[in-house]
Amino acid sequence: MVNLTKEQKSGIAKFVILTAALIFLYLPIATLIVYSFNESKMVTVWTEFSFKWYNALFHNTAIIKAVLLSLSIAVCSAAASVVIGTLAALVMVRIHYFKGESAFVLFMTAPMVLPEVITGLALLLLFVTLGDFIPWFADRGMFAIWVAHVTFCSAYATVVVRSRLVELDISVEEAAKDLGATPFKVFFAVVLPSIMPAEVSAFLLSFTMSMDDLVITSFVAGPESTTLPMIIFSSVRRGLSPEINALATIIILVAATCTFFAWLQVVQKQKRLAQDAAAAAQAAKEERQALLQR
Amino acid sequence: MPTGISGITPTLIRQKIKQRRRRKAEIRNMVHQENGIRQYAVIFLPYLWMLLFFLLPFLIIFKISFSVTEIAIPPYSPLVSFVDGAMQILLHLENYTNIFTDEDGTYLRSYLKSVQVASFSTLFCLIIGYPIAWALATCKNTTRNVMFMLIIMPSWTSFVVRIYAWMTIMKKDGLINDILMALGIIDEPLHMLQTDFAVYVGIVYCYLPYMVLPLFAALMKVDYTLIEAAYDLGCRPIKTFFNSLIPQTKSGIVAGSMLVFIPALGEYVIPELLGGKDSILIGRILWQEFFNNRDWPLASAVAITMLAILAIPIVWFFNAQRKSRERV
Repeated sequence: MVNLTKEQKSGIAKFVILTAALIFLYLPIATLIVYSFNESKMVTVWTEFSFKWYNALFHNTAIIKAVLLSLSIAVCSAAASVVIGTLAALVMVRIHYFKGESAFVLFMTAPMVLPEVITGLALLLLFVTLGDFIPWFADRGMFAIWVAHVTFCSAYATVVVRSRLVELDISVEEAAKDLGATPFKVFFAVVLPSIMPAEVSAFLLSFTMSMDDLVITSFVAGPESTTLPMIIFSSVRRGLSPEINALATIIILVAATCTFFAWLQVVQKQKRLAQDAAAAAQAAKEERQALLQR
Repeated sequence: MPTGISGITPTLIRQKIKQRRRRKAEIRNMVHQENGIRQYAVIFLPYLWMLLFFLLPFLIIFKISFSVTEIAIPPYSPLVSFVDGAMQILLHLENYTNIFTDEDGTYLRSYLKSVQVASFSTLFCLIIGYPIAWALATCKNTTRNVMFMLIIMPSWTSFVVRIYAWMTIMKKDGLINDILMALGIIDEPLHMLQTDFAVYVGIVYCYLPYMVLPLFAALMKVDYTLIEAAYDLGCRPIKTFFNSLIPQTKSGIVAGSMLVFIPALGEYVIPELLGGKDSILIGRILWQEFFNNRDWPLASAVAITMLAILAIPIVWFFNAQRKSRERV
């Protein structure tokens, strides 16, 4: 029996835990990707490598149409969600006391946790009621889906922006205000540049949430608007199909590329911070030595 | 009356607290006057949006849950009608009595089943997620960056696609059965799809990141010198874990559990694709009543009942959130 120190033991434990987690998370995805290149129509029997299903996918007009619809809804929802989310985060972090504050916090976080079937049903019934007065809601097309998506995406955007906003040093804003900047100017010249990374991640998160939503969209959408998750869901319900494997592989690749670049940004920023800290420490050391020599 | 050395009495403390409260209120008023109308302009847009598209829908659901289906557009009876020039309000309680006194007990059974599935899935997520979050929080910085990205990545891909992936590998001739047969552990393929087991796997797989993230955030803030101290004073690992690590990460545990439990209770897609005919969860019932039976009032009543079950977990979640916010 080899005697291990406590550090070695916990190191091994961490390695085992993380490896197991990765296998659990990636085994299904990896299988999906491998079988998308399979010649056979059977999803589980491997015959030969081919791009057949990708070819079929690119000639499927229903899917292409759904992708375009989903993309345009996602871009519009993400843009609106970032605006609402930023305003809400500003309210939560900078204006603490006002009437109905706890209700405000509840409204801005609840759409994130509530079961989607409830939110979907609630929004649909609202649109049906509003449809009598406002014709835009009546046909339950892109506009209605956009409103529904903004409602739950802005909750996510609020969380992301808020977590960055609480880290900001309020004295910089106060200094700008003392120097005579209007609140408008303070926001665009001081606050916005420093929360820009959070704005970008809020946009990306809202975009993904909107692209991915199935349940709320199914409730809200009229018969003419079919988004990508709705198409995937209905064909998966009919049975396994290699075309869906090909589509899934493309979705996974896009997500992986985006995550990779986001990660690269974080790493570079951390490296820069570390370099800055090291340089500052070095300068302090030299200064102290200079003082000592004198 | 007990008097301290420096003459501090309870009355004095109470007076001090009152003074401090008054000063805080004054400062608050000053802030209000300074920002004036402008701050209300900032509050206005998000507040209006959420009132209109989040609160109002729930009031409408509540209203419609008291009506009955009709063959009309929209397909439910109006609550307020005018009979002989007089306003008449008809509240139908049938939907609720239907849910609670249904002969086969389908609704009650599905509520119980949903609570059971959601609770066990939350427990499994906690048991699996805690070690992962701990390993993430305590490993080297470079490893943490990579691992963090790898653990988050699957949740950026499509939800339905992830469920579909499990359908492929849990099939009779899928990967898991192939591996187990090749290893000689089983002789016949296991029947995994369309069972509760598959539903649990699906929920744990999809909601695991929601558990790991708050736990990770809480574990990053833990003062690990306290744990070292406990060890040095001869505390056993299990005792240290329950007496030191768990209390310090309580807010993360509550937040993560609620982030899994609340959405899992109303889950529709996972039981529909992975579950069998007997995994009738409440989300599926609501969907069927709405899309297949087109009974909007009953679906609304099901949703309101679900909200009533969720009231306590939701309040719990918000308190945990508020506490963690105040600590920042």
